[in-house]
Amino acid sequence: MTDLDPDLARDGPELTGEELHRRLTLAWRRPAGLYGWLSSTDHKEIGKRYIVTAFGFFLVAGVLALVMRTQLARPESGLITADRYNQIFTMHGTTMMFLFAVPVMEAVAIYVIPLMLGTRNMAFARLNAFSFWMYLFGGIMLWVAFALNVGPDAGWFAYTPLSGPEFSPGKRVDIWAQMITFTEVAGLAAAVVMATTILKQRAPGMTLAKMPLFAWSMLVVALMIIFALPAVALDSGMLISDRLVGTHFFNPYERGDALLWQHLFWFFGHPEVYIIFLPATGFISEMTATFSRRPVFAYPAVVLSLIATGLLAFGLWVHHMFATGLPRMGYAFYTAASMTVAIPTGIQIFCWVATIWLGRPVYRVPMLWVIGFIVTFVIGGLTGVMLASVPLDLQLHDTYFVVAHFHYVLIGGAVFPLLGATTYWFPKFTGRLMSEAWGKVAFALVFCGFHLTFFPMHITGMMGMPRRVYTYPAGMGWDTLNLISSIGAFILAAGFATFIVNALVCLRKGRVAGPDPWDAAGLEWATSSPPPVFNFPHIPAVASRTPLWDEGEGLPVMTGLRVDEREHLTTTVIEAIPSVREPSPHPTIWPLLSAIAIGVTFVASIFTPWALVVGLVPSAIALAIWFWPKNPTVPPEPTIE
Amino acid sequence: MMTPPPRFSGDLAHLPTHGFGHRSLTWWGIIGFMLIEGTFFALTIAAYFYLMSQEQSWPPPPFPPPNLIAGTLFTLMMLVSEIPNTIIKKAAEEGKLREVRVLLLVMTAIGLALLVIRGFEFNSLNVKWYDNAYGSIIWALLLLHTTHILTDWGDTAVLTMLMHTRHGIEARRFIDVSENALYWRFVWIVWLPIYLLIYWLPRLA
Repeated sequence: MTDLDPDLARDGPELTGEELHRRLTLAWRRPAGLYGWLSSTDHKEIGKRYIVTAFGFFLVAGVLALVMRTQLARPESGLITADRYNQIFTMHGTTMMFLFAVPVMEAVAIYVIPLMLGTRNMAFARLNAFSFWMYLFGGIMLWVAFALNVGPDAGWFAYTPLSGPEFSPGKRVDIWAQMITFTEVAGLAAAVVMATTILKQRAPGMTLAKMPLFAWSMLVVALMIIFALPAVALDSGMLISDRLVGTHFFNPYERGDALLWQHLFWFFGHPEVYIIFLPATGFISEMTATFSRRPVFAYPAVVLSLIATGLLAFGLWVHHMFATGLPRMGYAFYTAASMTVAIPTGIQIFCWVATIWLGRPVYRVPMLWVIGFIVTFVIGGLTGVMLASVPLDLQLHDTYFVVAHFHYVLIGGAVFPLLGATTYWFPKFTGRLMSEAWGKVAFALVFCGFHLTFFPMHITGMMGMPRRVYTYPAGMGWDTLNLISSIGAFILAAGFATFIVNALVCLRKGRVAGPDPWDAAGLEWATSSPPPVFNFPHIPAVASRTPLWDEGEGLPVMTGLRVDEREHLTTTVIEAIPSVREPSPHPTIWPLLSAIAIGVTFVASIFTPWALVVGLVPSAIALAIWFWPKNPTVPPEPTIE
Repeated sequence: MMTPPPRFSGDLAHLPTHGFGHRSLTWWGIIGFMLIEGTFFALTIAAYFYLMSQEQSWPPPPFPPPNLIAGTLFTLMMLVSEIPNTIIKKAAEEGKLREVRVLLLVMTAIGLALLVIRGFEFNSLNVKWYDNAYGSIIWALLLLHTTHILTDWGDTAVLTMLMHTRHGIEARRFIDVSENALYWRFVWIVWLPIYLLIYWLPRLA
């Protein structure tokens, strides 16, 4: 217990409304100008930067997809060379997986989760800022290298021995491996921030059993990131040391093993798929509830499915390696495990269908994406169950059937929900709604364009067309199917363009949204759109899973946090009983400067390992200054006017 | 805005502004990073066994196993370091600034000594990282652990300086000291299996 200092200003019945708003703004706002912008630790600003950057990478990687589809539209096309094609498909996959899909899910969560939980900022706000800068620098490094014709060209999973020093001389694969380091540092930092925020900063009364399903999905995902991402970081570290300092982890001539690469890569790579997919299921749960006007059916079943998927995801990685030759027992085990993971996902889908069935569905644009998701994802899930069978997998391995399968689960299973979620939370981000009419046009174009592009690939794959070929001879029977896929790709691109133009136009011209334009139930809708810098004037308290539906305008709040200093509330892990008033970090430039010091070290280490030794000094100094307290003594209540 | 007045349902002013252990956000951050780094160690160890399973003998000839002296001295020193570490954690949680200041200096000195011994360890492995995959994985284990000794030493050194300034009197700094001690436990506990894998398994296998 602390002594209550009566001189410290706190919110309460005497300090509420406009005066409270004014004082909290003074405490929570960041310095103005570029310096302030670069110093920001506000989760909303960081979240928006993350979202915009991730969509930027989505666009450029999408353009690469169009280039590939143009090349493949007809046989024996001479548009791009084999070497350029290798770089393009590697860049497409790498960017989509590492710079778009995983970060964009974390990005939305960074914006939305603290609002859903009723808190003022995330835990470790500076680490959150650092995470964004590391991610940005890694992405820039990769794309600058590509522009200089040093783009990686060994596929997004960079299999050894192809990616090793013998078969990939030059710097291309080093760039890839170091991009992994950047994005994994960023992803791991964001995961720790996310897990701590969800476990410790929920509104009073929001027990684990009353937590929004999106928060549940992000909690599971944060834990999955913590256990999965080290595998790829270690793997790429071993690869780059094989390439640069002569270790032999993957070199069979010196007692290493090329398959070790695949084991470590897929120990990360398979959970990665669910790291992308589970946040999307969280989006779907939120949107289905809101637009069905009832809570999600069988909440405990959905939560247990999320946890089960998270656990099972770590037991599947070898199904990516069926073609490498395995013991019989290995085949049987990983086939069974791969089929098992379909069960919790199936349960979730039935729960959403039941929610729509039992509710009064309103078919606004986000709900269209939900329906599009269910249809498309079920198809992708079923081809996944097919591929879990070893004989079929051996036949279809590395064909376009696999390309079709994973685009169904990744675009259908993650991008559709993401576009729905963007439409859904757009009014919260910007204060304005996106156009319904153009939203429907975008949905129709994306949905039709998607199926036109990827459905034929199942057949091209079964007809034997391999992945990652820059061209194919005429007369294999693949011509028409490829042409259809290419036409579909441009329709799909037109759909994405419509979506983005709609968003950009509505940023200025959209209909003004109130705090809760969809009549939704979550706490993020209890504050204004966009929220003030401190999120909530008083900390909300909840008693149910759907507070705004149950309490309406009379949402209870708790008082007593300081208003002259940045303070947020931590609560107990399970019951969310108020525990401590923790100070929240002020904005500072040091996370950015630390990221620059560490980033320069990483990039330079591609050229000489001594960079790690030299770079240690500025990095350590930057981190030490970051850690050093900036406001040493508790400042007294400032005199306002 | 046309919002009705809020419904006040309780007051938080009486809550403390800091708490040790799992009541502090710092503790959760440290646990998160321990899980991450623990996963790194576990996977490196998995890679060690994977490479070992491909061999007829371990270490593969003609390399002898590492010499024991430096690694064993290092291990003993780490185990002994838990004594001041336990005392410092307790002192921090009781807010004893003088003890904390002195013992942090001791811990910094221990860290420095460990780094010196570690240098001799690299010299006693009897194999280079570029000799073969066995050499690579042995060096990887030792290097991975050394980064932890190094970062923890840097961390402890900065914290020691901090606690000797006027910032040291703040309650939150005692949380930092306590969590720093917790992290040191992690660093020495993960060393124990690595010690066995580097120095003893090649003798027994």
